[in-house]
Amino acid sequence: MTRLHLVWTILCLAILSSCAGHQQSAIDPAGPQSGKIAALWWGFFWLLAVIFAIVMAVMLITLMRRPPSAIENRPPEQAESGLKRTVTAATVITVLLLFVLLIVSVKTGKATADLGKQSSLLTIEVTGNQWWWQFRYMNSDASRILTTANEIHIPVGQPVLIQGRSNDVIHSFWVPNLQGKRDLIPSRVTTEYLQVDNPGVYRGQCSEFCGLQHAHMAFYVIAEPKDKFNAWMQAQLQPAPAPTDPVLEHGRRVFLNYQCIYCHQIRGTTAAGQNGPDLTHFASRRSLAAGVLPNTIGNLGGWIVNPQRIKPGTHMATIAVAPNDLQPLLQYLESLK
Amino acid sequence: MSATPDAFASVPSEHTELSLLENAWRHRPGILGWLSVTTHQAIGMRYIVTAFIMLLLGGAEALLMRTQLARPNNTFLGPDRYNEIFTTHGTTMMFLFAVPVMEGMAIYLIPLMLGTRNVAFPRLNAFGYWLYLGGCLFLYWGVFTNTAPDVGWFAYPPLSGPQFTPGKRADFWAQMITFTEVSGLCVAAEIIVTIFKMRAPRMSLNRMPLYVWSMLVQSFMVIFAMPAVVIASSYLLSDRTISTHFVNPAEGGDPLAYQHIFWFFGHPEVYIIFIPALGFVSSIVVANARRAIFGYPAMVLSLIANGFIAFGLWVHHMFATGLPQIGEAYFTASSMMIAITSGIQIFCWLATLWTGRVRRNTALHFAYGFIAIFVLGGLTGVMLASVPLDLQVHDTYFVIAHFHYVLIGGALFPLFGAFYHWFPKMTGRLMSEKLGKINFWFLFIGFNLTFFPMHILGLKGMPRRVYTYPVEMGWGPMSFLATVGAWIIAIGGIIFIVNVLSSRRSAHFAAANPWDAPSLEWAADSPPANYNFEHLPTVASRHPLWDPPEERAVVTGLRNDRREVLVTTLMDAEPHHRYVLPGSSIWPFIAAVCVSIGFAGSVFNPWYVIWGSIISGLALIGWFWPRRPFHMEP
Amino acid sequence: MYSRCLKIAFLTTAGCLLLTSCQREQRNLQPAPTRLAIYGDAARQSTLRPGGPVGREVVVNNPYNATAYDISEGKRLFDWFNCSGCHADGGGGIGPPLIKDHWIYGGEPANLFDTIVKGRPNGMPSWGGRIPEYQVWQIVAYVRSMNGLQPTSATSARPDTLESNPHNLQNRTSGVTK
Repeated sequence: MTRLHLVWTILCLAILSSCAGHQQSAIDPAGPQSGKIAALWWGFFWLLAVIFAIVMAVMLITLMRRPPSAIENRPPEQAESGLKRTVTAATVITVLLLFVLLIVSVKTGKATADLGKQSSLLTIEVTGNQWWWQFRYMNSDASRILTTANEIHIPVGQPVLIQGRSNDVIHSFWVPNLQGKRDLIPSRVTTEYLQVDNPGVYRGQCSEFCGLQHAHMAFYVIAEPKDKFNAWMQAQLQPAPAPTDPVLEHGRRVFLNYQCIYCHQIRGTTAAGQNGPDLTHFASRRSLAAGVLPNTIGNLGGWIVNPQRIKPGTHMATIAVAPNDLQPLLQYLESLK
Repeated sequence: MSATPDAFASVPSEHTELSLLENAWRHRPGILGWLSVTTHQAIGMRYIVTAFIMLLLGGAEALLMRTQLARPNNTFLGPDRYNEIFTTHGTTMMFLFAVPVMEGMAIYLIPLMLGTRNVAFPRLNAFGYWLYLGGCLFLYWGVFTNTAPDVGWFAYPPLSGPQFTPGKRADFWAQMITFTEVSGLCVAAEIIVTIFKMRAPRMSLNRMPLYVWSMLVQSFMVIFAMPAVVIASSYLLSDRTISTHFVNPAEGGDPLAYQHIFWFFGHPEVYIIFIPALGFVSSIVVANARRAIFGYPAMVLSLIANGFIAFGLWVHHMFATGLPQIGEAYFTASSMMIAITSGIQIFCWLATLWTGRVRRNTALHFAYGFIAIFVLGGLTGVMLASVPLDLQVHDTYFVIAHFHYVLIGGALFPLFGAFYHWFPKMTGRLMSEKLGKINFWFLFIGFNLTFFPMHILGLKGMPRRVYTYPVEMGWGPMSFLATVGAWIIAIGGIIFIVNVLSSRRSAHFAAANPWDAPSLEWAADSPPANYNFEHLPTVASRHPLWDPPEERAVVTGLRNDRREVLVTTLMDAEPHHRYVLPGSSIWPFIAAVCVSIGFAGSVFNPWYVIWGSIISGLALIGWFWPRRPFHMEP
Repeated sequence: MYSRCLKIAFLTTAGCLLLTSCQREQRNLQPAPTRLAIYGDAARQSTLRPGGPVGREVVVNNPYNATAYDISEGKRLFDWFNCSGCHADGGGGIGPPLIKDHWIYGGEPANLFDTIVKGRPNGMPSWGGRIPEYQVWQIVAYVRSMNGLQPTSATSARPDTLESNPHNLQNRTSGVTK
């Protein structure tokens, strides 16, 4: 073929080869649902790639053909009936292939949706806010309902029911490694089932445009064996302990005396704000500001002092923390494991 | 010079008749005359030029977006500005470029292809254009006063509702839609009537060019689809301005109702953009393969089926909202089914090209580019029709790649091919073939470089409408590649403009029919006179200009001292009666100004609905004021 | 020639319109952090003072006057900081209504700022030093808009009813399950 085609082929191969396993990738599945979807994807891809190649080949041949007896504007009769047969056959094959694809899609859809037949599912209520995630682990015992934000742990090999709500605009809960997405629509509850088979850390991101910081609304799903999950759950249900260290005590007083309590809650203190993320076990999370920055003390300092610099438009207020109050506050927050 | 000789010797001398004709169809001089024009060629050109300017603006917005996304954590644009830009890009391209340019080409070409002198409702035609221009100016007034919409081109509530989008941004968006949709409805109505009632005698429905069929189908689709978006945008606008509760969940409204109503329009909308392009491709392929299209009945039925099926697909935009499984299955089936009708057309074109004597001019390059890009886009569309796959790639860059493949490949490439194909007819000069081919390759390579990596970005988890992304996701290299491609497209666009501007003044004059194409528009002069044909042609076959010259008859007996046309019957185009079209009139412009004032003002104050209605009513009175029968003034 | 006239006319109009880049649509996403100053002197409720007038009066204007984004933020903060707990959606309950003609402590923006920052007798808490100054101004702008004192084009639409549907998005109390 021509040089152009060679360049094009190399480019395609280069691009496709970078498809290998990745964070937040739909073709790097870690659960049965995303596994089925990825398998469906590759089936579609190869079939349709072959069809594309055939059509392109025919198209290029038309450029190179010189029909034998080219009568001006009037094609020969035999060619017409031969073409008719070919076009009809192509159409019939198209219909059959599409039918096959339809059946396969519907079956896969059913299979990925049908995890909910089990009883006593772990139920997590996901509430989208601008621009953070509230997660509540539901439980018939109200004292065991866990409220947390921006990060969830789930046990490996067990289906989880996600109940989606929204407090403001439409968001979308999506963890590509695990399952397709589900929109979170205000005034409705949408549901989805999730299951992970491989332990690991999986990143998800909001995927319905929700305003200024839609780009910075991510979360983490951490899948771990059942016993580690139970231990995590137990630890998360505990309220924050009273600090023994005077610096941490100073930090707690700063938290309670500044504006923080208007929005945030730390169980075990008098702070019970409901507008923003629950911070009771803030230090146990990998990231802050909904997956924007790693949860380190430096990043936290930057976030508190000037959140608008990191996430312009965020609803976290820009508060002036007095210099000798900032460090104790940071220490306190990072002690909330 | 006309290619259709007189058939009767007793016809009065050409010189006198011709001068009467020229006088009846002349434009009035001066600025008032420019505002009063009602000839279809002028209005069609205005649509095309205005839409092309919108294309450039939309393209500039795209370049800004791509520049911001070239690197992770880039600070070229902040979130607010980026949101405004991507929304304006989509809105401009969908509402202010794609549909109007197709309408403009139709307004220019249809009367020529049908062998008549003007569209059925010339003043409505002018009104539609001025209203469209009003919509462009209205939206861009917003853009330049920091009031550009920032909620995405489909503006889902509650994000676009009163609580989450303060100010007037979303109101400008919603009302601009009203402008353009009313304009679209005007054009659709006149195209349908022109096609049905003003064809050349004996141009029965099965002798119409495929482009005419495509515009007929498209115009019916416009009539059924546009009201839905007017409703959706009106729900949004009234929720925002006068505290209604249609789609605002804070007050009991339903955001999904908006989505359903919007996408009932939104899906046919993309076919409204795409189906005229199919007509372009048919014209280009027939002319440059130098044979009749293979499978004309199949092509026509596919176009019609495409138009119908397009209305049954819309929920595939909402697969992530939690639908019942039976609903998902149905819409998967219909979304896949439409691939059949498009596929049939591709097969027929390939069959035509397989057995034709291919002339590889620039227009045909674009037709081939269309096939390559559109087929790939259509195949990713089949992937998106599958619910499990869609739930992974919905609202990611995969979808952006898909719709740009089908829209740019499926509509823009044929449009550029159409420009190259009909430029000789519109201006009397040929475009440079050398520059044209360079233009094509820049666009083709740039396009694929920009949008092919986006498939991969989507699969790797990059959502849409993000103003930036972190380094560790690994989206940087592909995004950079896409930005480079975007700049290559920009260069391609510049080459096109250079080609147009230099060709307009070149010495390569075009004959009436440089491509030896079969349809009637090539019988008119290049560029056509205001009256199109000295004598209206009749047809005896599907390819009138391929018939021997002695078999080509003309219509005689129409008066030339006024704008008279022949109205024919619907099915077989037997001559039915003569009809006098109105001449130039300032009233469409005045009416459009009054309606624009009503629309634009009502965004700020509901009273403008009243004031606007009153002045529009007065303008309509002036428009329809009875004149002497058989009004003579041009 | 006429097309050139039209082009000039168009560009001039466009230029004029550009200059009307509206106050309404400004969005300052990076406001300065809090100041603890209180505009005591500007928020006087009366011109009478001991010792006679002393020089020029300081006039304090709301920097977010007529800015749609900030009025909308003020509405959000009105809800988040539970102003509606005492004042409902402007109609009053435990606290006085905020939609009225006669303001006990003055209804000008500077007076409202003072009220929020200092607190008032009989139960209005003092927010000064707690919430940043820019948020106080946003709430002031919202309260003024409730009274129709902000341009309608910049005012966010209010719910028709004071009591919103409990199934809607404004109910943020955790523990409410559906």
